[in-house]
Amino acid sequence: MNVARHLRRLWLYVIAALVALFLVAPIALIVPMSFSASEFLTFPPPGWSLRWYQAYLGSVEWQRATWVSLRIALCTMVLATIIGALTSYGLHRGRLRLNGAIFGIILLPAVVPAVLIAVGAFVLFARVGLNNTFTGLILAHTALALPFVVLLIGSAMRQYDWDLDRAARSLGASPLRAFIDVVFPQMKFSFLSGALVAFLTSFDEVVISIFISSGDRATLTKKMFTALRNDIDPVIAAIATLLIGFSVVVMVLSIVAARGRDARASG
Amino acid sequence: MMQPKPDNALAIERIARREAASLGALSLPALLIIAFVVLVPGIWLIGYSFWGRGGLTLDNFAQLFDASYARSMIVTLQLAGLVTLLCALLGYPLSYVLLLAGPRMRAFLFCFVLFPLWTSVLVRTYAWQIILQRRGIVNGFLIWLGVIETPLPLANGFGAAVTGMVHVMLPFLIMPLFASMKAIDPALTRAAASLGASPTRAFWSVFAPMSVPGLLSGMIIVFVLALGFYVTPALLGGGRVITWAMRIEQSLMTSSDWGTTAALGVALVVVAGLILALMGRVGGLHRALGAEK
Repeated sequence: MNVARHLRRLWLYVIAALVALFLVAPIALIVPMSFSASEFLTFPPPGWSLRWYQAYLGSVEWQRATWVSLRIALCTMVLATIIGALTSYGLHRGRLRLNGAIFGIILLPAVVPAVLIAVGAFVLFARVGLNNTFTGLILAHTALALPFVVLLIGSAMRQYDWDLDRAARSLGASPLRAFIDVVFPQMKFSFLSGALVAFLTSFDEVVISIFISSGDRATLTKKMFTALRNDIDPVIAAIATLLIGFSVVVMVLSIVAARGRDARASG
Repeated sequence: MMQPKPDNALAIERIARREAASLGALSLPALLIIAFVVLVPGIWLIGYSFWGRGGLTLDNFAQLFDASYARSMIVTLQLAGLVTLLCALLGYPLSYVLLLAGPRMRAFLFCFVLFPLWTSVLVRTYAWQIILQRRGIVNGFLIWLGVIETPLPLANGFGAAVTGMVHVMLPFLIMPLFASMKAIDPALTRAAASLGASPTRAFWSVFAPMSVPGLLSGMIIVFVLALGFYVTPALLGGGRVITWAMRIEQSLMTSSDWGTTAALGVALVVVAGLILALMGRVGGLHRALGAEK
């Protein structure tokens, strides 16, 4: 009976498997392409080489763009995680009447189309001289990352047993002490996932970077976008493969963080 | 009847109130950054859109009623509509199988949905450029099949933009759809089966209608995201697909025309809002019909 049911659903399984493949296969296909010896990205590659990785590592411009992106992503990660954690804590513990409105504003960067945020930021930053500066990019990316950080850490705060905090406070700990010694250790995995998401939000961000960064301060994504617009440059296959590897590492880390969180929640 | 509160209680209340205020202040840094990057520029843009050489004016909007802008809006709506429809068609079966699967299989399949989300949009768009290009895998396959003799220019145009965007948007449909499917009580389908409904009939008359709200909310998310999408159509459209977002970019970066840019932005928000309101009404109507039965 069970077998019959599975057989009857076979076509459904086939469709689902094809859709799952559609989601992942195109991305996976880039990896062998990046090791191609050919200038044309034919599949399968006619021969293998590391020339595109050499081209990437040998290019001052690509290296510079990579460092720009890494620095901005790291700063965004630190800023968004700290500010996001403060906000989550304040929203969760404060229970102000304004909480709903505050939360709505925090979600704005995730809801407004990126192109509109980019235009607005460009016009305002032009007035205050923040276009094409690290500060401008970090501020914009932090705004983009904040909704995700607040959602992630906020959900951890909802699940947390705040009697522990109260116990620490009744024993004389200040709110800050109680947070550092009691609350944070229980939530560090959620902070870690929030930080990872903030990092990737910045590192992968394209549209705002296209608008407000250029020249020496062009981000990796801005340079990639410009290159892709002109032609299919095989160097990008190598860079894309590195980015995919990066995403895999961050995804595995965040799954490990989620496991750690769940283990804590149940243990 | 009320007794005067002892001093202690008053003091505690005062401390609690002061603490609530300082806790509220913790949101300030986040609010300031978002106000600076999103809110203030947004309000400023709205102001700009009504501002011309001679002061307050509607000229910026008037010039949008032009054939070329109309074409862009139609292309944008077609693109977003088609992408939404395809996402629904592809996402529904996968969400349903995710629901049917055991915990291990579900976790495995979920990796396929989440992995693209962790990958840069640029990388995903590049993947389709490679696949659809002249010497790409699709053209190679079609030539091998003998369907075509010379490679087709697949990588540039409406079809490529649709394909790339479906790939980018699909996870945003599957996540809310799966969440709403999971909330449907499985006992209802079982009850239908025990009353003699065939599995097909139980699915179509019990499960499917209950999954419609989740499907609709996923489709609304995809549609709104697709309306303002820039990167994928700009790279895969090959200059033939000029979406609204691309017009916005052009008018700011090429023409440096802030008034028109602002009006284009306001128009995008208004159109998205109108469509959302319309969908909400249709969705509400649907729920009302469901409640009547």
